[in-house]
Formats: sequence, C-alpha cells, structure tokens
Amino acid sequence: MDFSFWDILRNLLVGLQWTLLLSLVAFVCGGIAGLLLLLARIAPLPAARALARGYIELFQGTPLLMQLFLVFFGIALLGVDVSPWLAAASALTLFTSAFLAEIWRGCVEAIPRGQWEAAQSLAMSRLELLRHVVLPQALRIAVAPTVGFSVQVVKGTAVTSIIGFSELTKTGGMLANATFEPFMVYGLVALGYFLLCYPLSLAAHRLERRLNVTA
Amino acid sequence: MAYQFDFVPVLDNADLLLQGALFTLGLTAVGTLLGVGLGIVGAVLRAWRIRPFDRLFGLYVELIRNTPFIVQLFFIFFGLPALGVRLSEWEAALLAMVINLGAYSTEIIRAGILAIPQGQLEAAAALALSRFESFRYVVLRPALAKVWPALSSQIIIVMLGSAVCSQIATEELSFAANFIQSRNFRAFETYLVTTLLYLVMAILIRQLLAWLGRRYVMGGR
Repeated sequence: MDFSFWDILRNLLVGLQWTLLLSLVAFVCGGIAGLLLLLARIAPLPAARALARGYIELFQGTPLLMQLFLVFFGIALLGVDVSPWLAAASALTLFTSAFLAEIWRGCVEAIPRGQWEAAQSLAMSRLELLRHVVLPQALRIAVAPTVGFSVQVVKGTAVTSIIGFSELTKTGGMLANATFEPFMVYGLVALGYFLLCYPLSLAAHRLERRLNVTA
Repeated sequence: MAYQFDFVPVLDNADLLLQGALFTLGLTAVGTLLGVGLGIVGAVLRAWRIRPFDRLFGLYVELIRNTPFIVQLFFIFFGLPALGVRLSEWEAALLAMVINLGAYSTEIIRAGILAIPQGQLEAAAALALSRFESFRYVVLRPALAKVWPALSSQIIIVMLGSAVCSQIATEELSFAANFIQSRNFRAFETYLVTTLLYLVMAILIRQLLAWLGRRYVMGGR
C-alpha cells in the first residue's frame, strides 16, 4: 500500500487528536486529584502531610514510563481487562497530580504567614481561611507555572505510545515503518508536538512577566 | 483467585538490574557533563547576545523544550540515518540526552548569568582580572551557584527520562527490566523493583549534586 503525503498527514492528525484528548483528561483529572493532594500536603495532620509528601516524592522521583508499566500491569493483576487508554489516562493523572500539588504548594507557601494569622485572629475556620484568604491569592501566582506544566503533560503523553496507545508518537512509528520515511514522519510528529506546546510555553512566559510587572 | 506476589524471580536477576542501573548512571554522567557544557556555551551566547548564535540557540531551545524526549530520540535514531548519520543505540541515547539537557541548561544558566549585577563585572575589571578569570569567577561560578538547584532537578529529570531509551534497545535499566519480565512473566514485580531502583538513583544523584554544589560551586575555594 502506498502512502501519499496527505495520507501521512491525515493519519498523524488523527493521532494528534488522541494526544490532545489524553492531555486534557490527564490535566483536568490530575488537577482535581492535585488539589486534594495539596489539601493533604498542607493539612494540620502530620500523617496526611507525610503521606502526601511520600506520594509526591515517589511520582517525581521515578520515570513516567515505569509509572505507566506499574499501572498497566497493576490493574491487570486485579483481574480487570485494562485498555491502553485507561492505563495511560490513569498513570498520567497520577503523575500530573503529584507535580501540580507540589507547584501549588509553593504558591500557597508564598502567601505571607501574617495573612494566615490575620485570618485566624478573625476566627475564620481553616476552610474559610483557605477559601477566602489563601487560595484566591495563591491562584494568581499559580496560573503561570500551571500553564507551564501543561507543556510537560502534553509531552508526557508521548510515552504512552510504548504501552500501545495510538496517539501521535505511536501513529508516527507505524507510519515510519510503513512508508520507510522516518526522517519526514518523525519530523512531522515533532512539529505536531511543537504546535501544541509552543503556544502554551509562550502563554506561560507572558503570564509570568505580567505578574512580575504588577506585583 | 488472589494474585500471589513473587519477587524471587526478579531478585534472581539482580545482576542484570545492577548492570542496567550502572549503564543508566554512566549515560547520565557523560550526558550531564556534555549537556551542561553545551548549556554554558549556549547561555553565554544568549545572555551576551552574540549574533547570530544567540538567535540560533534560541530556536534550538524552543524546539527541544516543546517536543517530547522520546520523539527527539526516535528522530535521531530512526530519522538521521536518512541523512547518512547512523548511530549505535547508546550513541543515539547519549546524543539525545545531551541535546535535551543542553537546551534546558542553556535557559537555566542564562537566567543565572542575567542575574549578575553589572557592577560585579566592572569591579572585576577594576581589579585587573583577566577576561578568563573574570568569566570564571565573576560570571560563571556565581551564575551556577544561583541556579544550582534548578540545574540539579533538570539533570534528575533527564536521568529519569532516559528510561524510554529502552525503546531503541539501549541496554539501560528499563531495558534490563523489559528483558527480565519477558522471561519470568512477573511484570508487576519486575517493574516495581526497577521503579524503586530509579527512586534510589534519583535520591542519590540529588545528594551527590547537593554535595558537589556546596563543595565546589556555592562555598569558598
């Protein structure tokens, strides 16, 4: 079977859609899990803090590929038939939550201690304190690094090609084998990621600068 | 039927895992030296706006930072032979790591150089330091000291990222894991032990870099 340039491009665009979808799912689910993890990480309970810290250490200190394998083969041990999509989405969610929680913790800790004390002296409960005083301010600082991290999520999805999820990199690999044009195909694959990631990098950079000017 | 964990078939292959771990560490060590070296050159060219190299390095940095490592690796290993550049598995892995770390460290070290007050260079000139001395003691070392934690994190990220090099059959740690689990069918146990090995390596490298930083970069002579 012969592939024209347009066939290659068309197939890569299908792969790109899966990359985009996986990135979105991982980022949204990872964001929700990351928020819960952040609350545990700054909780008044030492045990919760230690647990969250251990989780973050584990996911930041091991390769994403190993996390994927463990989720992939781990879910299979439970007797559940695991699709590459489910394994990829779960592993990337865990990975993303660890990094986002750590980024956001830095933002929360950037809020001066006096603000916490002021809120406490106003008899605010811990939830009120977080909801009305700390998190709104931390959110402002968090936007730029969070957008910046989304680039890492998009790039991270490429590793899921190894467990057989047909996103952009996997599609590229199959096309390279079928067309014997690895130079062009992988060049196009790289271009696809660049087109997804560069606007995000640029936005993160702009947001960071804007914050520095007004702060 | 509950699954019975069995780590013995993994630990029987401890020598293979150890070999793989040493290979990963070796790649990381050489990759770090060359990658940070490339980063220093790039950072100076970018920070001092030496044309046209500053623009070229800017393009290189953006291209690498906005594409996945595994695609860079595949491009080097599968794509470059079309241009007549045929690399072995470990050469391709090393080149990809150097190029990747080079881009990140260019940006990291550039930030350090830009943070050095102009007055420091004037003071160095007033003290009649040679250009090389002033570069070494007034520019490079304080710049590295400022960004040492960021640089250390990036080196660890590159070490962990090198796990995907098993996909081009570079015989590093994750390759050893793939090999072992294909023979003992204990995939979960094998990858669990391998993951913990990576964690230990990451912690050790962080400690080592912190020590090197204190000893040679931040501290006195």
